[in-house]
Amino acid sequence: MSIQEKENEIIEEFQLFGDNWESKYEHIIDLGRTMPLINPEDKTDDRLIKGCQSRVWLKTEQEGDKLFFKADSEAIITKGLIALIIRVFNGEKMKDIINAKADFIGKIGLQEHLSPTRANGLISMINRMKSEALQRSK
Amino acid sequence: MLQNESKWVEKIRNDFPILNRKVNNNPLIYFDNGATTQKPNQVIQCITNYYTNYNSNIHRGVHSLSREASEAFENSRNHVAQFFGVKNTQQIVFTSGTTASINLVVNSLADNVLKQGDEIILSTYEHHSNILPWQLWAQKNNGSLKVIPLKSDHTLDLDQLENMISPKTKVISVAHVSNTLGIISDIQRIKEIALKYNLILFIDGAQSAPHMQIDLQKIAPDFFACSAHKMYGPTGTGMLYMSEKWLQELPVSGPGGGTIKSVSFEQTEYAEGALRFEAGTPHISGVIAFGEAVNYMNSIGVAEISKHENELTIYAQNKLKEINEVELYGIADEKAGVISFNVKNVHPFDVGSILDKYGIAVRTGHHCTQPLMKNLGIPGTVRISFAAYNQNNEIDFFIEKLKKAISMLAP
Repeated sequence: MSIQEKENEIIEEFQLFGDNWESKYEHIIDLGRTMPLINPEDKTDDRLIKGCQSRVWLKTEQEGDKLFFKADSEAIITKGLIALIIRVFNGEKMKDIINAKADFIGKIGLQEHLSPTRANGLISMINRMKSEALQRSK
Repeated sequence: MLQNESKWVEKIRNDFPILNRKVNNNPLIYFDNGATTQKPNQVIQCITNYYTNYNSNIHRGVHSLSREASEAFENSRNHVAQFFGVKNTQQIVFTSGTTASINLVVNSLADNVLKQGDEIILSTYEHHSNILPWQLWAQKNNGSLKVIPLKSDHTLDLDQLENMISPKTKVISVAHVSNTLGIISDIQRIKEIALKYNLILFIDGAQSAPHMQIDLQKIAPDFFACSAHKMYGPTGTGMLYMSEKWLQELPVSGPGGGTIKSVSFEQTEYAEGALRFEAGTPHISGVIAFGEAVNYMNSIGVAEISKHENELTIYAQNKLKEINEVELYGIADEKAGVISFNVKNVHPFDVGSILDKYGIAVRTGHHCTQPLMKNLGIPGTVRISFAAYNQNNEIDFFIEKLKKAISMLAP
């Protein structure tokens, strides 16, 4: 499945909730709880993402031209949103990650998490994944 | 809530147009007043009136508009001086806010008053703005910062203060009220100690000025700073009070247009009084509206605001205490309308995100007091902070939705 297809799949999934933001958030919180975590010893400063109100760590592993991600955040909502982004990017080719629009978070009605504030880490997270892909593919 | 009081609040609420708006389909409940307050019609109209009727630069024009603007600007200085019980209006210097006031003082003291290796005393709950300028000075001049510790109830441990003072100590710079905990510092006692050891006392009044009657003539610190926007006034404006001594002696560190009597390439004579420190074209409409804001506070009564906010604080604290999962910081009966708490095992960001969906604006995070957070051993808190227009039924709704948030988030 391509990145775009995975994004579309998530958008469809969230359409089931309609305008009920409480169910959407409960779903995201559940995703946060089930996300594969980084080992504590891997939570190093170089894996810490700046720009987050809550701290977020991202661990990237490369296999050939593909990238695999693990992440953790102190905040469960952030964690759930990150789980969605990882689902979209995990195991994808670096060039596809670099070129992905990754705008599905807005499309599932969670625009408030994309606002360009200091409090927000989600955009930093996406940018970090893209820059990891960019650096490794050079 | 008493009948009279509910009418009092209702009348105030009518002055604030923003309170009619909805956020995420819910009526706005604004509990982030520690960050900035909402503005009443009186202040909004004051700004509009300036730009509509007499926009002009001040202190330099011979024409009518400039005279009107200058007069309104200086009137504002009178209002602000009166508000703080200051007789000599020249002791009120307009700045862009508390942060600018602190920088002005540090930069002005830096060249002539502070000496290599001097020590500055701050408190554990200082806001970053009252740490960074001193720290930068200390780093450049081999100086050091000493920090007044907290007691177990999160108040300042002033018993330790005297022991911290050495011959190298020059300044005590403390928050009048902690922006994170709402705890009121014992300024009188700090002032006595400063007097005894001949230290310069700077009071950061950003969080006290909006909430309580402050008589600067009586406290008589060397410096006191606050921001208009936390006092129902506009952003980008604030003031620095300085004692008569410093009004005469403080060296100019930010010279520029408006600060002078005469200039030649050989020699410059600086103006006397507040103008000496007000370089460039100031935020004229902002300063005028600052005067209007303090008039507004006077019109509703600062003592009444204090009393009302204190009642809201006690009411909310008691409701929060009933929730098992809630952990409160800095509980005191008399606070300045600020409550910080956490939900056990839940990050404050998550709590704030859910509350926002219900139209409730709270602050989450470290509140620009990272050293305090480190001291408490937490990443941040959820902070609710009150203003005159808040009311008990907003707290009830907040508590109901906080419980909902806990049920969604608690592990």
